[in-house]
Amino acid sequence: MKIGQSIPRVDSYDKATGRTKYTDDLCDQNALVAKILHANVAHAIVKSVDTSEAEDMPGVIGVFTCFDVPECTFPTAGHPWSTVESHQDVMDRHLLTKHVRYYGDDVAAVVAEDEVSAVRALEKIHVEYEVLPFVLDVQEAMKDGAPQLHERFKNNILAHTDIRRGNLAEAIKEPGLTRIEGWYDTPTVQHCHIENACCYAYMENGRVNVVASTQIPHITRRCIGQALGIDWGMVRLVKPYIGGGFGDKQDALYEPLCAWLSMQVGGRLVKLECTREETFQNCRVRHAIRYHLISWVRKDGTLVGRKLECYSNQGAYASHGHGVCAKGMNAVPQIYPCPNIECDSWTVFTNRQVAGAMRGYGMPQVTFALESHVDDICQALGLDPLEYRRKTTMPLGYVDAFSKNELYSDSFNQTLDVGSAYIEYEKKRKEYSHQTGRFRRGVGLSVFWYNTAVWPISLETSACRMVMNQDGSIQLQVGETEIGQGADTAFAQMAAETLGISIDKVHVVSCQDTDVTPYGTGAYASRQTYAAGMAVRGCAEAFKQHILEVAFPYTRMQPYLMDIVDDQIIRTTDGRVLMSLGDLAKQKLYDLENCEHLTMEKTAQLKTNAYSFGCGFAEVEVDLEMCQVKVLKLINVHDAGTLVNPALARAQVQGGMSMGLGYALSEKMLYDEKTGRLLNGNLLDYKLSTTMDHPHLEARFVQNAEPTSAYGTKALGEPPVLPVAPAVRNAILQATGVGLDELPMRPHLLYEKFKEAHLI
Amino acid sequence: MYDIKAMYEASSVADAVKLRQQHPEAVILAGGSDVLIKIREGKLAGREMISIYGLDELRGVHLEEDGTLVIGSLTSFSHITADPLIQEHIGVLGEAVDMVGGPQIRAIGTIGGNTCNGVTSADSASTLFAWDAQIELTGPDGVRILPIAQFYLGAGKTDIRPGEIQTSIRIPKKSYEGYKGFYIKYGMRRAMEIATTGCSVNVKLSDDKKTLEDLRIGFGVAAPVPIRAVKTEEKFRKAALSADLADQIGEAVLEDVTPRDSWRASKDLRLHLCQTLAKDAFCEAVKRSGGELA
Repeated sequence: MKIGQSIPRVDSYDKATGRTKYTDDLCDQNALVAKILHANVAHAIVKSVDTSEAEDMPGVIGVFTCFDVPECTFPTAGHPWSTVESHQDVMDRHLLTKHVRYYGDDVAAVVAEDEVSAVRALEKIHVEYEVLPFVLDVQEAMKDGAPQLHERFKNNILAHTDIRRGNLAEAIKEPGLTRIEGWYDTPTVQHCHIENACCYAYMENGRVNVVASTQIPHITRRCIGQALGIDWGMVRLVKPYIGGGFGDKQDALYEPLCAWLSMQVGGRLVKLECTREETFQNCRVRHAIRYHLISWVRKDGTLVGRKLECYSNQGAYASHGHGVCAKGMNAVPQIYPCPNIECDSWTVFTNRQVAGAMRGYGMPQVTFALESHVDDICQALGLDPLEYRRKTTMPLGYVDAFSKNELYSDSFNQTLDVGSAYIEYEKKRKEYSHQTGRFRRGVGLSVFWYNTAVWPISLETSACRMVMNQDGSIQLQVGETEIGQGADTAFAQMAAETLGISIDKVHVVSCQDTDVTPYGTGAYASRQTYAAGMAVRGCAEAFKQHILEVAFPYTRMQPYLMDIVDDQIIRTTDGRVLMSLGDLAKQKLYDLENCEHLTMEKTAQLKTNAYSFGCGFAEVEVDLEMCQVKVLKLINVHDAGTLVNPALARAQVQGGMSMGLGYALSEKMLYDEKTGRLLNGNLLDYKLSTTMDHPHLEARFVQNAEPTSAYGTKALGEPPVLPVAPAVRNAILQATGVGLDELPMRPHLLYEKFKEAHLI
Repeated sequence: MYDIKAMYEASSVADAVKLRQQHPEAVILAGGSDVLIKIREGKLAGREMISIYGLDELRGVHLEEDGTLVIGSLTSFSHITADPLIQEHIGVLGEAVDMVGGPQIRAIGTIGGNTCNGVTSADSASTLFAWDAQIELTGPDGVRILPIAQFYLGAGKTDIRPGEIQTSIRIPKKSYEGYKGFYIKYGMRRAMEIATTGCSVNVKLSDDKKTLEDLRIGFGVAAPVPIRAVKTEEKFRKAALSADLADQIGEAVLEDVTPRDSWRASKDLRLHLCQTLAKDAFCEAVKRSGGELA
């Protein structure tokens, strides 16, 4: 069995020794450097740009402004294109903008011989603005009379969707119900991938070549074509190894601009690398979403009615747009089924950073709101939060009407068993129930829900190509990208498993090149092992069949009497080894009568999706006077189906828990109310948590093989972020009696809330 | 790529003084962990630099005959933390500078640079204030020594005159003998952080450990420059150790500190922290001195 083995990552040696080449390493040192002039106002119309002084600066090749770029608009979201117009991503971008919609928006660009010359020239560009009023808050932006960002979206509302089931107004008339209401607020945060956004572009034989740090090579190629108004085939995009993305690079970032700039300077090599500050200010962020939840429950906790409002802060441009907020809203009635519901969600433009995809895609936000609210219900009714969840979460056998997803196993209860045992939930819950003094402890939990891929919301497909070498080894290509998560290793294990060859005989072509890589939509959602797994399996099954047919003339055995086991062609009836796969590949390739290059290519189209559930528990100690929370113990338990590589799965969970801890306790992008400027867009002032801030991160699994999955796998990439913040919040609630309804739960907030509660 | 107009490397202290006179506008470069960031931000872009980083004579810790502890200005944070003389006499300074940034910054960053920046949040500063440190500057007219409180002129401004460089930090024997200290850095995370507020307390107890012979409280980010809680120190010097002494000291420091509102933290939060930090640091310093607050 190759599936289920904790083999080392296929790229571990090169990455650990620094040999792996990333975009900037690959770029020729003589490349011209592009730098962008960012607006220093939050909302304005550009009246004029004077570039004459900048053009005369030494080393400057060209200065380009929002008045020079193509008129065509383009979308940036890393979604598969839709041929149905109503389902297409919003096209609201120009390469450089005449209408500044956030502080830092892109107005002009310099191409120079080196970085210093480019930066010096930026300072010599003079822009005249007609300054407009701006709005940062999501609910303020929806009001009549608020500053308008995009003409065709009235009241700045990009989209509104709702869910109505049962009859809420009637249901809540039942006597004896308790009404629990809360507002829950989540912050704007950034992905903070190690490698900043980086790309370079040059022209070759009339086509534009772009090398970029992206999660979605084929999609980005299409976005470049749309942005430049050229045929998509005129663009080639190459994706080398990347230093993390977490969804930020599931968007076309500066690849279109870089390609265009190269074309403006005669196709010369131009590099555009974001600084860390630009990654904060000009790439994507997680949507800040505000929730309003009201629940009507019976004394025993039975949920009779629920009302949910979600206000999602989109920032200046549509990017991934409403899908993020809608995903969270749609999950709520699935996680805790309720007969009478009214849910609404709005995604709203504001003059802030553009929100896009980020690990969890709306679910960390709604999980915080919902799981905090559930503990608020338990507190109001005097119910135990663990028992309450066991009784009220989605039951075994549940089928969602829209996605047709089915809960095949009792994941919630099984993972809750593991998590509560580790944290000693019952014992500690009792022990911490009556505390006094400065230091207080508590335990808390959260469940989580996730969908693995994106079917039926949009197209789900993956294609795989295998090419056999003379030694019986193969190259494997898919469009699904290695972005640090270990996808290449998982694909190697899958291919080896199905083909019957050893893992070291699978050479995964890590680099995606849209000229040669089969079409795939890239790394996003938590779809790699599920979606690409289907392509790998489909291709490997067909390839194996083909190889056995090719083997017939050499072995004189019928294909159905043969199999490939441990790199050998064997006869299944008696297990006899007939010839090695390497010998077959050599014989066939050099056959003087009937030679053939052994290869196979298959496209998988998905018509299923899979639920991936689990829970998290936290134990905290609160120092009331210092307004600090120390996380003593933290565990995530996942039912991600079969684990392809348990060691990598654990690492994936730990990374996500770390991201969740920052979300819980310290990370927040802060804005100057007077100017709209991002105040803390750097790694010093933005408080990403460090290794010193982490407790031991315990990752455990329950493995119920997913029946619809090629290798029994389902989502694991994103869900680890989800339960951490609400589990910590609920632990603080037990410790102090204070329910914090805002993230991050940093000392500033704790100070205010502890003072209000007269704890300090 | 850094925008640097020219770089002059000093070969000796005398050479550094000469370069300072020849290039009065040039920026002094020691470890570079602050200066390079300012160049990158554009604040010091396109400037001339005088690097003194190669001057090994300004590196290391030694005791003078009269017991004065001398720390060369180019001594790195990690060196100070590991130095046996520091550990023996003013261990708290080693602990304080071990909270600067991360391991790489502590290996390159120098105590001279940390103090010459003149910022209130420097982790070494509040502790050096608490120890009554003196700053030694060398210039065209020779050596000048002044108390650290006089060295700080205002936020980001220190008393380095034309032609001068800081050459050492000195702690007289009477400042450290018999004292034990404790520093608390309050930040929003446990590494790679600038103090929201920092408090360094040292105490000297009577021989019977019942009375507070002396008390020195240094604060960072409680005013535009590092300060001492002078009123509190006067009020409680010679006080008898008692159960509520720490609380009283915590309350008293509110008379000494003047933190401001900023987006990093509100004035209210900082005041609350000043109080709590002074109380906790005092308790720990007494504990280290063998006293009991019962």
